[in-house]
Amino acid sequence: MQTRKKYIFLTFLASWLLLFFFGGDQLRRFGFFSERKAEARRNWPRWTDRSLLKSFADPEELQSDGDPSLPSPRAQRAARLSVYKNSRCRMETCFDFSRCEKRGFKVFTYPRERDQPLSESYGKILASIKRSRYYTPNPEEACLFILSIDTLDRDHLSGQYVRNVDEKIRSFPLWNGGRNHLIFNLYSGTWPSYTEDLGFDIGQAILAKASFYTKSFRPGFDISIPLFSKDHPQRGGERGWLYQDSIPPKKKYLLVFKGKRYLTGIGSGTRNALHHIHNGKDIVSLTTCKHGKDWEKHKDVRCDKDNVDYEKFDYQELLHNSTFCIVPRGRRLGSFRFLEALQAACIPVLLSDGWELPFAEAIDWGKAAVVGNERLLLQIPSAVRCIHPERVLAFQQQTQFLWDAYFSSVDKIVHTTLEIIKDRLLPHRSRSRFLWNTLPGGLLALPDFSTHLGDFPFYYLQHGSGPSEKFTAFIRAVSLACSLSQPILRLIQAVSGSQYCAQILVLWSCEKPPPPSGKWPQTSVPLTIIQGRRKLSDRFFPYTAIQTDAVLSLDEHTSLSTSEVDFAFVVWRSFPERIVGFPTRSHFWDAEQRRWGYTSKWTNELSIVLTAAAFYHRY
Amino acid sequence: IMCASAKYNTRGPALIPRMKTKHRIYYITLFSIVLLGLIATGMFQFWPHSIESSSDWTVEKRSVHDVPVVKLPADSPIPERGDLSCRMHTCFDVYRCGFNPKNKIKVYIYSLKKYVDEYGTSVSNTISREYNELLTAISDSEFYTDDVNRACLFVPSIDVLNQNALRIKETAQALAQLSRWDRGTNHLLFNMLPGGPPDYNTALDVPRDRALLAGGGFSTWTYRQGYDVSIPVYSPLSGEVDLPERGPGPRRYFILSSQMALHPEYRSELEALQVENGESVLILDKCTNLSDGVPAVRKRCHKNQVFDYPQVLQESTFCVVLRGARLGQAVLSDVLQAGCVPVIIADSYILPFSEVLDWKRASVVIPEEKMPEMYSILQSVPQRQIEEMQRQARWFWEAYFRSMKAIALATLQIINDRIYPYAAISYEEWNDPPAVKWSSVSNPLFLPLIPPQSQAFTAIVLTYDRVESLFRVITEVSKVPSLSKLLVVWNNQNKNPPEDSLWPKIRVPLKVVRTAENKLSNRFFPYDEIETEAVLAIDDDIIMLTSDELQFGYEVWREFPDRLVGYPGRLHLWDHEMNKWKYESEWTNEVSMVLTGAAFYHKYFNYLYTYKMPGDIKNWVDAHMNCEDIAMNFLVANVTGKSVIKVTPRKKFKCPECTAIDGLSLDQTHMVERSECINKFASVFGTMPLKVVEHRADPVLYKDDFPEKLKSFPNIGSL
Repeated sequence: MQTRKKYIFLTFLASWLLLFFFGGDQLRRFGFFSERKAEARRNWPRWTDRSLLKSFADPEELQSDGDPSLPSPRAQRAARLSVYKNSRCRMETCFDFSRCEKRGFKVFTYPRERDQPLSESYGKILASIKRSRYYTPNPEEACLFILSIDTLDRDHLSGQYVRNVDEKIRSFPLWNGGRNHLIFNLYSGTWPSYTEDLGFDIGQAILAKASFYTKSFRPGFDISIPLFSKDHPQRGGERGWLYQDSIPPKKKYLLVFKGKRYLTGIGSGTRNALHHIHNGKDIVSLTTCKHGKDWEKHKDVRCDKDNVDYEKFDYQELLHNSTFCIVPRGRRLGSFRFLEALQAACIPVLLSDGWELPFAEAIDWGKAAVVGNERLLLQIPSAVRCIHPERVLAFQQQTQFLWDAYFSSVDKIVHTTLEIIKDRLLPHRSRSRFLWNTLPGGLLALPDFSTHLGDFPFYYLQHGSGPSEKFTAFIRAVSLACSLSQPILRLIQAVSGSQYCAQILVLWSCEKPPPPSGKWPQTSVPLTIIQGRRKLSDRFFPYTAIQTDAVLSLDEHTSLSTSEVDFAFVVWRSFPERIVGFPTRSHFWDAEQRRWGYTSKWTNELSIVLTAAAFYHRY
Repeated sequence: IMCASAKYNTRGPALIPRMKTKHRIYYITLFSIVLLGLIATGMFQFWPHSIESSSDWTVEKRSVHDVPVVKLPADSPIPERGDLSCRMHTCFDVYRCGFNPKNKIKVYIYSLKKYVDEYGTSVSNTISREYNELLTAISDSEFYTDDVNRACLFVPSIDVLNQNALRIKETAQALAQLSRWDRGTNHLLFNMLPGGPPDYNTALDVPRDRALLAGGGFSTWTYRQGYDVSIPVYSPLSGEVDLPERGPGPRRYFILSSQMALHPEYRSELEALQVENGESVLILDKCTNLSDGVPAVRKRCHKNQVFDYPQVLQESTFCVVLRGARLGQAVLSDVLQAGCVPVIIADSYILPFSEVLDWKRASVVIPEEKMPEMYSILQSVPQRQIEEMQRQARWFWEAYFRSMKAIALATLQIINDRIYPYAAISYEEWNDPPAVKWSSVSNPLFLPLIPPQSQAFTAIVLTYDRVESLFRVITEVSKVPSLSKLLVVWNNQNKNPPEDSLWPKIRVPLKVVRTAENKLSNRFFPYDEIETEAVLAIDDDIIMLTSDELQFGYEVWREFPDRLVGYPGRLHLWDHEMNKWKYESEWTNEVSMVLTGAAFYHKYFNYLYTYKMPGDIKNWVDAHMNCEDIAMNFLVANVTGKSVIKVTPRKKFKCPECTAIDGLSLDQTHMVERSECINKFASVFGTMPLKVVEHRADPVLYKDDFPEKLKSFPNIGSL
């Protein structure tokens, strides 16, 4: 039975193949397999005289693009200054760079007036600025000014709306038409149109605003910030919720949304359509009409059923258990939902056309979110289903990195805003997009140190390089006797014996001047003495003499052998972003005293190594 | 749903076929398909039909001068001026593009026509060489469609590359009468030289309604971010002159300016720089006394010295690109080609493809006002960074500047990425030169998460028939506190696993997976049963590891979840005599691999091993029944760029590597085979990803003089 079938099958196959072989040519042309004639498509013609065609421009014209009749560049710049103001502001026309040249990037906040109302969020923003390393209490040396008037909520129906801002700011002698000012705003406009009107003239001030619409956004000048709630922590901030990397992403839901449905008015188009993609299984999209005072007046046929479904699911549960989260526009373009999803490692699917995404000048959102199109809502389910699991994994990790680096606290949001502005001042000393979008992020990779990736301990792998093969030994001498003691001589001998040692630096923090060079031991590597200022932090000062990536920090009374040094250095080269050291200590939570404790006892765990003998990266 | 992404099997290597009952249906279906195919073929073969010859379409022997002429009446409509507020969501019709499994937009090109006004005077040159090249490139690309009804983007064949070569009003009228113009919706125009005297607008002056503009020389005020595309001004010299790439390193001049017709004010500022800094600054200008026949564009002069252009650009580290009458300059392309780092001094200029290219990596932008400080600013750039910028500049030219084709395809790709953002090309793909793509590692588990201890791990034991030894391993492993599940991969098809009652009783769930074939790769399959991130792969004869050792290994893995953390370590060495890699299992100071006979790793690597192993390694391993552990070491080191971590002191393993080839002792042939594997894998990976380290992880108080009872992991290192 089996063999007979096999034979029949083979005969059929053979004859079919034969026929196909003969008729195949016609078949293919006839378009049996594809509806259209793939090979016969009408391409752009290969003109017979294509090589004789003239070039689009005369080479001479291209090489010398000048017009003597044009005004001088200086005059042109001056002309631009007067034309491109207010809504057409750019850094080069509305920002006074000269203020920042002498003293660098310094930020001044106006003193707070007594009876001035101050919202919790704005209070946090001001506190963040005061804690920033750029803060200055002196307006003379400031490069950037921040108002003390609370401009966060400019919805004039809101209780926190501050009146007569125009009059107030005009009375400030420093206002200067808004030049070099930074204005924060979270809400603008009000029902029903929610325009971006702030209710006062910001003039030439930089606007850092949530829910920015691309049309009113002045590129390279304004900054889009995320919408955050008044409970957003001042500093530190909660970590993201991603605890494991699993592939494929094992979450209960693929795509979720739970929120209000607007029956009328702006934003209702998108929110009204969301229920269409709900399938009750892996896609949960729930809307409720039950919000606002008079919802029952506008209610439609869906409302009652929707409201019942709506109560069946818990928002937090959905957030925790979904791979993707829809972040549609509300009345305004941005919503709290965005940061919530980011923290929850629920990949945001943005449905908010024309929203200038938060910090888009620095952050590459294509790596952490799916930027959807409001008009193509119905394609979203199939589009996200088709995203490859590896990409989903990368997306999830990126949401966590971004959350932790730029969004988890008010401090981070404000400092990111300041750093973005600072980057504009010196374009050649600014962070590349790579630095902003790679761990540990732009707030921790400072371009003042270097703009070269290889100089940081974080990017060796992506950069395809490694730390330098030698180290600099840095010995701090603080002995009371202020002379060359035996331990330090022995230490210098041991360290200089290491094959990886490039040089030895001795920080002489003593009242007496260091002994003359003849007294120091002869070593095979250069030995340099630096006069210290008797401060403890001096040992971490970025001395220009340190040319290697690795620094071996030592105290004069440390005793080490050459092979111990060698081994530690080899280990450090495997972990250049860590401190690798010898003596260890531990911290623990002292439950009785309710604070952290420090111990040097023998323990099974350790969290601190002493810099009396440790390798670390010079960054 | 149709997905472009590959579907993968979630179930695993088919667990014992259930096919037999389905045989009949299967064959009947097959027969009917074959029969149908036969009839269909026969019918097509013998049916009387005429098929137009396809050659009619492709080989068109026509001249540009033979194209149809269109007369534009003087009162034909003119489109509105470009709308500055246009954005993708307001002026672009996405419905035309739709969801598409390939995530590629379809681009239609209008056929070429010659436009004349009422008096028969032509409106512009029919088509320039460059625009013809551009349209040819689009037509040859996978974006192209010849079906106007399926198109998402329309490219007119009306050449507007150079505004000075056309009549503005009539060109606009020609655009407006295109069959699908519809106020310019979804139309894309390419323009490189915008504006003209006296004001030199920074965008094309031809009224174009909502059409997208791919323009060279946008300023920040005319560029509609996220709608327009900023493109380079093509330099025809790119095609004429072949400048081989020059290696990084010091060059003769530090700063060079080669532009002609600079504004006198700029020139005097540059000359001031030269006076200050001497020989290292070279300011070139047009040659005045060239003999006839020498093209002026190919020579530059400084006083009486004559230099070849663009070759001279290769002699300098930095090359100045100043604004001229327009913002976009063709010299930028020449400078990049020469691997010279452009110093761009043109306030408000939108750099080419700035939406995707990170110009900070390839250029220095200096505000016009800061020109006098140029020298000191450039000197502050670290030497290593300059070298990278030179390489990056050359790469940008090669990838996005060198031909009209490159410019056209990059433009379409940018628009494509906006419409299918979830399939967009990443920053790295746009910006990393091939050398960097090759040498850099982007770790798929880049987020430094420390998995919670409570998550625990899953142990996977691969076994064939050594039941007794297997049961001992199970009993031993089950004592480890952080074990959450035990998975036995039963790789023997001829024998059934022992009955449930015979298995050791342990405190965690035990699951037996039967495989369809005796393959080594079965141990690395991402079984659904693995619910933890951590996987402990353990052979069925590794009975010498203590519970403390295993628990400690897990703790170490938590600290390094993207690495292989294992017990027996091995090394690869370069054999200078044989000129190839050699496998080493003797006592050495260094380690580069750990055997997966006992190792912790992330489950993700199972997924990679099964679906993303490069080349034919997976099949090769299955065929040779050896080296699956070396393959895993290669794979992990390759994607993470990190070394393995060996834990605990060396101890006598009962020949752990013999498990694959049962009974064979650790003899010469085995070592030769393992060496063979390393060489084979190194050639497939194209590199040697393994990293050698000289350290291992031990518990904090290991071997310290301290009461054993108080140590967390007392039972370590004992034989």
